[in-house]
Amino acid sequence: MASTTITNAPNPNRRALLATGFALAYVVVAVLALILVDRNSLWYPLYNVFAYSMYVLSPILIISLPIPNPIKFGGLAILLLIVTPMLGIYNNSYMEIAVQICIFAGLALGLNIVVGFAGLLDLGYVAFFAVGAYLWAVFTSTSETVFKLNGWLVPGEMFWVFLVIGVFIAAFVGILLGLPVLRLRGDYLAIVTLGFGEVIRILARNANDPINITNGAQGLIGIGKPPVPDLLHGITNEAIRIMSLRVDNPGFVAQQLLFYLIAVGLLVLIIVISRRLEDSPIGRAWTAIREDEVAAKAMGVPLVRMKLAAFATGASFGGAIGVLYAAKQAFVDPTSFVLLQSIIILAMVIVGGMGSIRGVILGAIAMTLLNLHVLTNLSLQLNALRNVNFIVPIIDFPIRNWPNQLEPAKYQPLIFGLVLVLMMIFRPEGLMPAERRKLELKAEREESAGLDEQAAPQPKGDA
Amino acid sequence: MGAILTVTNLVKSFGGIAAVRDVSVNVEEGSISSIIGPNGAGKTTLFNLLTGIYKPDSGSIMFNGQSLVGKRPDQVNKAGMSRTFQNIRLFPSMTVIENVMVGMHSRLKISLFDAIVRTKKFYEQEAHVVEKAHRLLKFVGIDEHANEISRNLPYGDQRRIEVARALASDPKLVLLDEPTAGMNPQESTEAMNLFRKIRDELGVTVVLIEHDMRVVMGISEYIAVLDYGQKISEGTPNDVRNDPRVIEAYLGRRTTSTEAAQ
Ligand SMILES: Nc1ncnc2c1ncn2[C@@H]1O[C@H](COP(=O)(O)OP(=O)(O)OP(=O)(O)O)[C@@H](O)[C@H]1O
Ligand SMILES: [Mg+2]
Repeated sequence: MASTTITNAPNPNRRALLATGFALAYVVVAVLALILVDRNSLWYPLYNVFAYSMYVLSPILIISLPIPNPIKFGGLAILLLIVTPMLGIYNNSYMEIAVQICIFAGLALGLNIVVGFAGLLDLGYVAFFAVGAYLWAVFTSTSETVFKLNGWLVPGEMFWVFLVIGVFIAAFVGILLGLPVLRLRGDYLAIVTLGFGEVIRILARNANDPINITNGAQGLIGIGKPPVPDLLHGITNEAIRIMSLRVDNPGFVAQQLLFYLIAVGLLVLIIVISRRLEDSPIGRAWTAIREDEVAAKAMGVPLVRMKLAAFATGASFGGAIGVLYAAKQAFVDPTSFVLLQSIIILAMVIVGGMGSIRGVILGAIAMTLLNLHVLTNLSLQLNALRNVNFIVPIIDFPIRNWPNQLEPAKYQPLIFGLVLVLMMIFRPEGLMPAERRKLELKAEREESAGLDEQAAPQPKGDA
Repeated sequence: MGAILTVTNLVKSFGGIAAVRDVSVNVEEGSISSIIGPNGAGKTTLFNLLTGIYKPDSGSIMFNGQSLVGKRPDQVNKAGMSRTFQNIRLFPSMTVIENVMVGMHSRLKISLFDAIVRTKKFYEQEAHVVEKAHRLLKFVGIDEHANEISRNLPYGDQRRIEVARALASDPKLVLLDEPTAGMNPQESTEAMNLFRKIRDELGVTVVLIEHDMRVVMGISEYIAVLDYGQKISEGTPNDVRNDPRVIEAYLGRRTTSTEAAQ
């Protein structure tokens, strides 16, 4: 008997091996697809949509493999620190998207602390991102602000210091906002945080008169960058030589590579901190608050303090990422911090799976890809077809007649909205939900079903 | 031994309803006491006032030498008074042991720094938390379910989790709101033994709200009876059993309502 069960059971080792083989093949195919294609071919943009999306999802695949952690993280390190930089040097737009994904994943994980862990709906999260971005921007921008006129500017080397300052200033702003509003619940909190996000944006827009701090709607240009270490220049040049590329401005590529490495580093740090907090008395208290506030406070959890801790932690991630973002873009203006941005970050959290770190990263990858890669390339593809006067076979439709207004990139908000609606209908718990969240949703559904059955809901005997 | 809890002239109304009217009670340290009374008498409201979930309109609550009026629920918990709920309020998606671990919150030294950096102190404290949670689960007799999701356990076990969670903060006094509701006679006998054990082995003072007279009379050293928000009687089980006002409150109500129905 015993021996048959052993032979019948799927051998975990074989399964791990198979899965790893599959993942390896997946990555190799994706990389080959990216480097072997002719970039001048007519269908390149469409092809690119699939090839790079496939590649970018590979870290999630690797992290889900049933193999020992050292091997898993080794593979991930090779992917993130060798393969992706090489690809990014080979084609700079890949590097750009990778950096943006790290930035948004970091932001989404920050918001996840507040929304996913502590269960507080924050619709103004982008404000903390703005605080970090403007912090670095005002101290380094070449725009004619008081900082420049008074000679308060700091050199690019100070980037690292400001990264830390950004963490603390954003956390401080988070506490400042949290103190008055965290007594509010649910919808009220959402409205107030939404208002706060707008206040920060409008402050940025109007703080150019009588004292010019932010340069108003024109934004701040020429924001400082951290200097590139010689080693990184050397590595970049070597990589360019190995791949025998022709690069006009290797210095720029090295700078991009530096930003990529900083972004990955920050993201890893944010992931580690998120995980450690989740698995600690603080994370347990957050879960307790999310599931039953009354029980939590009766069991000794100080609500306001724990909620402030969530706000401050989430905000500090946003602040650090903001500093990085300003340096990378070299330009910030208030339009980067509109309400829609907060909502997009929230959408990443929801699409991925609230409270699930892995899920939120997947959500950030998917939404950023959709925004910066898929839609852009579909528009490029349309233009390319238009230029060669392509005629769709069978229906004989000349692409040239496709109206300009119907360009995919112009439909970004609509498509984001659609994605959200479809998710809510078919997979409300997110793509990669946290186990806990699934149970909570199930409990809520059962509870509301139970209430429907009763003629009138019974008032609760407890508070 | 002296009184651990002294409630004086406590008043609470909701709009027009006076849920608790001028109630005064004394709870002796190390005793097992019960609060009884018909539905809607104000028993749960009294617990909510004691634990800071509601603010009293007037009156005082002295617990272990300090006033609790105006204190937040978490401060009350820290001061040494813990509770369970009439309608079980566990953290449903958390495991059994995690529920108990949350109950220790007010006894932990918690800083973001320790949690993020994972200091030695953090590991030591977590190890202690887990060990103590298991000890409490053994105490209430459900340690074998420690790692199950709490909402998947049967009703009686969920009540036990709530008791373990309430004990996790090392309280001096626990308030148990109808802890045997929905239990069969055998289960409620076990529950009675558990309450005695809480007092005898842990030295925790116990106050119950109970409807089951067998439990009330079998276990309480002191009983207070509420009706329409007022304390109408108090004393030993014998005193209360023979008090005409109590009989009137329980039986009189029933006859008038049956008459009204006829
Ligand atoms: N939050 C509230 N808002 C309004 N009225 C309340 C509230 N809480 C309790 N009440 C009212 O106060 C009165 C006392 O309620 P309470 O829950 O304390 O009774 P109880 O003695 O615990 O009854 P039961 O045995 O049914 O649990 C009831 O009339 C109830 O409707
Ligand atoms: Mg009650």
